[in-house]
Amino acid sequence: MLDADFFRRWMTATAASVDREADRLTALDSPIGDADHGSNLRRGFTAVSAALEKESPETPGAVLVLAGRQLISTVGGASGPLYGTLLRRTGKALGDAAEVDEERFAEALRAGVDAVMQLGGAAPGDKTMIDALVPAVDALPEGFGAARAAAEQGAEATTPLQARKGRASYLGERSIGHQDPGATSAALLVAALADTDADAGGE
Amino acid sequence: MSDEKLVGVVLVSHSAEVASAVAGLALGLVGGGPVVPVAAAGGTAGGGLGTSAELITAAAASVDRGAGVAVLVDLGSAVLTVKALLAEGDELPDTARLVDAPFVEGAVAAVVTAATGADLDAVEAAAVEAYGYRKV
Repeated sequence: MLDADFFRRWMTATAASVDREADRLTALDSPIGDADHGSNLRRGFTAVSAALEKESPETPGAVLVLAGRQLISTVGGASGPLYGTLLRRTGKALGDAAEVDEERFAEALRAGVDAVMQLGGAAPGDKTMIDALVPAVDALPEGFGAARAAAEQGAEATTPLQARKGRASYLGERSIGHQDPGATSAALLVAALADTDADAGGE
Repeated sequence: MSDEKLVGVVLVSHSAEVASAVAGLALGLVGGGPVVPVAAAGGTAGGGLGTSAELITAAAASVDRGAGVAVLVDLGSAVLTVKALLAEGDELPDTARLVDAPFVEGAVAAVVTAATGADLDAVEAAAVEAYGYRKV
């Protein structure tokens, strides 16, 4: 079973990972974006960590709703409302249960990913975070490690794609040959989930 | 129609200068009559280019006279942030509405229409109609 502490540690692990990888995310965002993805996400997840420490939400759902709200408030770029919606909608789908099992979490995360697709209008293959998130959610019933591998493969597979959403889409064919920064950060989020589970004695 | 309950207009741009300049342009084209509540929410709270949910919610609260709030946006994170805030349900006034319109032309149409005391539906329709004004 996954409790509020598990979700808090997931968010903290993501914050550490985003902080570590911020320069790489911004470098990926330089040729096809506006070179702010790493710094924007670092600001957002730093705020998430601070808010979780200050408010100590008591349920898995409350942890993710608070985290999502912080991202919408603090990121300043499109990744804020997108990741914010992902976490908030996932948290709302978890309801106010004190603990959730993996199956329920997988269903909730799918609801979150669906909400992101609705908000941004992106589908798989558009060279966005969706290209990492959808494979991760599809693989999640097989375990957190499988989700992580699927997300990382999905992110790498964005390289030959032509961007169809966001600023990168203005580049047309010139967006081909670059790994998508949003799919890359989405893979970090899923990797942090697998790490959190491994640290907790999971697979 | 009561002058006391005009529709408010919020202008959200990645740039503080663009948001406030468009607000000034729209208000300047109204001419006489009641002053439409218009607020600019441009850039990030730190003064950079981007979108600030805090500036948007503060702007919407400042122009809410109870007749509705029309929110116009430029692109990318401005669109997504307003949509995410509307989905949340408690951070923007109940009557706030994202208006699908070109930013500059739509703002002028919305503010001029709001100045007549028109309701939110009419303000939105005028702003949306701005897409149809071809230039060539």
